[in-house]
Amino acid sequence: MTDTADTTVRPTSPAAAPLPTTRATTARGGLIALVVIAVLAMLPFVGIPIPGVLPGAISSPGSLQVLAIGLVFAGIAVSYDIVFGFTGLLSFGHALFVALGAYGTNLLMESTGLPYVAAVPLTVLVVAVIAALLGGVALRVGGVAFAMVTLAYAEVFSILLLADPLRISGGEEGLALVSDGVPDLLRGVVNIRNRYWLALVFLVVAYAIARMVTASRAGRVWEAIRENEDRVELLGLRPLPFKLVSFVIGASLATLGGGVYLLLVRGANPSLASADFTLALLVMVVLGGAGRLWGAAIGGMVYGLLTLRLSALGTSGVLDGLPDPIEGVLSEPLFVLGTLFVLLMLFAPGGMAGISDRLRSTLRRADGAAPTPRAPGTPP
Amino acid sequence: MSTFVLLVATGLGLAGLYFLLAAGLSLIFGLMDVLNLAHGAFFALGGYAAWTAMDALDVIEPVGLRFLLALVIAAAVGYLVGVVVERLLIARNYGDHLVQILVTLGLGFAGVAFLGGLYSYDPRSLAQPEWFADTTTVLGARIPNSRMLIFAVAVVVLVGLLTFLNRTRHGLIIRAGVENRQMVQALGIDVGRSFTLVFGIGGMLAAVGGTLGAVYFNGITPGLGTTQLIFAFIVVVIGGLGSITGTAIAAVVVALVQQMGNFYVATGVGDIAVVALLALVLLVRPQGLLGRTAR
Repeated sequence: MTDTADTTVRPTSPAAAPLPTTRATTARGGLIALVVIAVLAMLPFVGIPIPGVLPGAISSPGSLQVLAIGLVFAGIAVSYDIVFGFTGLLSFGHALFVALGAYGTNLLMESTGLPYVAAVPLTVLVVAVIAALLGGVALRVGGVAFAMVTLAYAEVFSILLLADPLRISGGEEGLALVSDGVPDLLRGVVNIRNRYWLALVFLVVAYAIARMVTASRAGRVWEAIRENEDRVELLGLRPLPFKLVSFVIGASLATLGGGVYLLLVRGANPSLASADFTLALLVMVVLGGAGRLWGAAIGGMVYGLLTLRLSALGTSGVLDGLPDPIEGVLSEPLFVLGTLFVLLMLFAPGGMAGISDRLRSTLRRADGAAPTPRAPGTPP
Repeated sequence: MSTFVLLVATGLGLAGLYFLLAAGLSLIFGLMDVLNLAHGAFFALGGYAAWTAMDALDVIEPVGLRFLLALVIAAAVGYLVGVVVERLLIARNYGDHLVQILVTLGLGFAGVAFLGGLYSYDPRSLAQPEWFADTTTVLGARIPNSRMLIFAVAVVVLVGLLTFLNRTRHGLIIRAGVENRQMVQALGIDVGRSFTLVFGIGGMLAAVGGTLGAVYFNGITPGLGTTQLIFAFIVVVIGGLGSITGTAIAAVVVALVQQMGNFYVATGVGDIAVVALLALVLLVRPQGLLGRTAR
């Protein structure tokens, strides 16, 4: 089939293919991962300031807080990459699970008096069941309709949090962390290091699980579904259960991230469930490169640092000479981020489309077929 | 009884807003397979364009005439922005729908933040003729005229849109493109021009919706469109992607269910009922009320 560029592209398939892994690259990847983890784990002992990026020396509580949030975002982005990057499910409801993790853990601690360490896994289990039910319905439609349905889920939950009909979610204020159940080691400004390490552990766990499941047989089927679902079906596999498993695993890891986030910011806020946050996750994954876990992790970290620190740009005095309207617009972090994102999508060859084009043509050439310069979504 | 009539009338006003947003989304998606996530920003842009026009033209009396002018200006701004966005950002990436969707995503973020930086996030209320706030008694219920006006505008737009699609050459090409884009291209017709036109129309309808939304919600905020966009998505899916008549029916159903649920049961219940309705439609009829096979 020789389709021209704008014809039969499935809107779901993110145009990125991971590099084929060989034993050598896996070993090298493992080594790099160990080094990165070791460096990140040592950061609380580094007293060097990074002006502009962090509020103080790396080891200062303010900086560690920013970094820890970045690490949690990175983990959540990795969880989203399983669903979006690997399986090609354009879910716009991923923030829902982060919010459920944060609110669920807190509500469970408050109502049952369970300690934090027990409330988090229990919440993850409950949310996994919820995710299976929601996913079961939403996956009846594909592509953009799936995106719309998942977006609707998250938005309704967000509306519920704000309207608070049962008087449990705290409305616009959100909930303050129930600190009774939190172990002493994770409480107070003194123990910010421990919370930073907890965030790091979450990222490592999320990454390891994601790595494991995407490298498994099911993971191969996910990628096949992303590339061409009809072909998977023709080969005799039912795509639905595979897609559902991917959706549930991604959701569970996001819930875990929500539980850690609750501890870091000492509360649950309705903005966690907002469409903005869900779309921000998409930005994180795409910034780094969909379909590659380390890309998503870096994207999440960068996004976290940018949003937390870009608002400092408005008050930094750099923009003072500009006329008022321009200054007002430029001091909006989301304006800067959104514009950068659009430019990245349009021009940067390092953006997702560029990478995938190059990878695809390389892979195709390796297969001995004629290279096609500009037909990203065309079935090979 | 009079409460019920009032709820129906208010619901129809809301349905009008949903339709104005959803019609553009549905057409854009039907023809181009692009989910326009910047549509909410177009909506807010229309509201602010109208607000700015009302502010700048305050010498023109009566207010009703000024409002009409502002509505036309907002529509023109919406059309222009839609066309520029399509030409500048979307047209570069025909063939990669994901990139197109992501571009509109970034644009939506930037657009809302842009409006926030320019006009602040506090609600701006639109000057409007006194007639809007007056009520007309229908079946014992005192209904604000603005609700009926919004519904009337939506009906006019629906009729106009159907006439355009069914009676003009451009409409014919768009309908054919929705059915089978490759075939239209193979016949030597430049579908790209229809893409631009549809994006412009979508932007225009969203901007008209934003102007009327500023009346309905007693003010406009940068994020207002994004909130409405979610329900517009639900309307599009329930109505069937690419079907204007389906979108209109779904807009009325969704708005009425939402109003009734929120009023008679509890705030928030109506919103959940809408999603339950969506789930039901997906389970029974995944392609929507009048849609082609969902993809």
